[in-house]
Amino acid sequence: MGIGFDGMSRRSFGRAVAGTAAAGFAGLGPWRVALAATFEPALIYDYGGKFDRSFNQAAYDGAERFKKETGLTYREFEITNESQREQSMLQLAKRGAALIVGVGFGHQAAMTKVATQYPKVRFTIIDAVVDLPNVQSIVFREQECCFLVGMIAALTSKTGKVGFVGGMDVPLIRRFAAGYAQGAKFARPDVEVLQTMTGTTVSAWNDPARGSELARSQFDRGADVVFAAAGATGLGVLQAAADAKKFSIGCDSNQNALHPGSVLTSMVKRVDVATYNAMMAAKDDKWQAGTLSLGLKDDGLDYAIDDNNRSLITPEIKARVDQAKADIIAGRIVPIDVAAQ
Amino acid sequence: MSLIDILSVLAATIRLATPLILATLGGLFSERAGVIALGLEGMMLAASFAAASIATITGSPWLGLAAGMGVSMTISLIHGFASVTQRGDQVVSGMALNILVAGLCPTLGLAWFHLGGQTPALEHGQRFMPIVLPLADSLADVPLLGPVWNILIGGHNLIVYLAILLLPLSAWLLYRTAFGLRVRAVGENPHAVDAAGLSVAGLRYGALAVSGMLVGLAGADLSIAEGAGFGRDMTAGRGYVALAALIFGKWRPAPAFAACLLFAFCDALQVRLQGVALPIMGVVPVQMVEALPYLLTVFLLAGFVGSARAPHAIGVPFVKTR
Repeated sequence: MGIGFDGMSRRSFGRAVAGTAAAGFAGLGPWRVALAATFEPALIYDYGGKFDRSFNQAAYDGAERFKKETGLTYREFEITNESQREQSMLQLAKRGAALIVGVGFGHQAAMTKVATQYPKVRFTIIDAVVDLPNVQSIVFREQECCFLVGMIAALTSKTGKVGFVGGMDVPLIRRFAAGYAQGAKFARPDVEVLQTMTGTTVSAWNDPARGSELARSQFDRGADVVFAAAGATGLGVLQAAADAKKFSIGCDSNQNALHPGSVLTSMVKRVDVATYNAMMAAKDDKWQAGTLSLGLKDDGLDYAIDDNNRSLITPEIKARVDQAKADIIAGRIVPIDVAAQ
Repeated sequence: MSLIDILSVLAATIRLATPLILATLGGLFSERAGVIALGLEGMMLAASFAAASIATITGSPWLGLAAGMGVSMTISLIHGFASVTQRGDQVVSGMALNILVAGLCPTLGLAWFHLGGQTPALEHGQRFMPIVLPLADSLADVPLLGPVWNILIGGHNLIVYLAILLLPLSAWLLYRTAFGLRVRAVGENPHAVDAAGLSVAGLRYGALAVSGMLVGLAGADLSIAEGAGFGRDMTAGRGYVALAALIFGKWRPAPAFAACLLFAFCDALQVRLQGVALPIMGVVPVQMVEALPYLLTVFLLAGFVGSARAPHAIGVPFVKTR
């Protein structure tokens, strides 16, 4: 045993010296060691899959942009059950991925564990905070943009009732709901906001038929604008709104083009930019651990206006919303963050 | 709750129950013939994929429906080949098919439509849209009858009405025809059927074909009637719920139908009760409302249903006696 121990310690000692030396020369932090000949980041998607036209797809778009601009490849993994989070992360860390991006708050527990185990691998998590020296946490102040789309919903509604369909009753989605409700009430104090969550299991993010049913139930109760924050389930919500000739609001990616004339706007969360920036920063050795909070001010969020919905939002509404946006950026309006409370 | 509220919960119950009823009826034929219907989920998913793909390509919901039923029937017969002809383990075969379909559909979808495993969203003409019944407009202002006619009875898609028609039809086929009697016999005592000079394998394949067609309708309902396109895992466990309804209903059409309605009603109620202040209790937490269907199932299973007896020969491959 003595020999083994000796060998081990000498080898790791050598590596540590090399690492410190490299860091000392370049002044770029200890991550230099992890950089092998080719830089290959990795991406782990959450439930809903990388083509959910929403949250995961935004991350995919960011990674694709990275691939196109740098010519470097990346690894990816789509989880289909809970245990795969940790397994896939361990595998990627073991194979020496240059950066592991966990897309979604669901990866929090697995990342805490794996990042502790592999302190030299860089991790980035989106939508959650993991407080470790080798993890970069990117969170969005969703309430800010939900506030704006809530205003648009309330100002567009003819019935005075607006709906919200969330995926699961978790802090992140509650933050969406609260921001939306606050914005709606800000624009129109007498507005009624209906809220429904899809379910408690994984399929809550991937059940369009149920999304349709939830939206229809809100229409029956008088809502005429519905905001979906439920991954692929949201596609059913948007479909139901288009079928019933009501308005819907998309989420995470720009979903305006899915049903032009029915999708009022989309609450766009620049998960693509966050993913792209994290990968680029890691490649250029500018990546830093810590927590990044992105909001309207940082262009991390916005509501989408394009040719598909320009005619749906009147200039008066747009002016009011843009004013509120400026006020939020300036700190004159503070949307509540229920998840932080 | 007003009348409109009650009616819209009931209408949602009917819509949510439709795929369950069709899949349960499909499972009924399979299980009464002695073949475990564990592949319901996969058959339904494959049917929804095939229906959406063909409806997209041809623009015809009818061809989509036919494709869905055809594909589901094919999978049902493959399950039959494994479990009847090859005498394999039916649980393994069913699960294998579910897993195969879950992976194969998005893969084919990706290759054909380049939308990441989804099919393009269908236009109105490519789907079965809600049917507006005659007199809908003239009855609209009549109290009670108007809303009942328009919300509860009317305004559903074709497959919903088909499902309601197919329930008595399936019961008649199973209990009032020679084919039905033989199917039930082959699930209870295949040796007796064999002794009577009938083909056990032939009857089981026949029942599986009927099962496949019914489940195909359920899949098509999800992707080209209620929904508008296929998405990965879009059946979201409905095949397993249908299997539970079948067992809950003691392998009989009417009680199984009631079980489907109960599950769907809980679901519809759950959708409706969220965030609504109830008398006395106030606003019920979401988690409580979401647990309701499960609580009710346990409660009913424990107290009211009594013991359920499966078809005697279920899951047992038939080996001819000498």
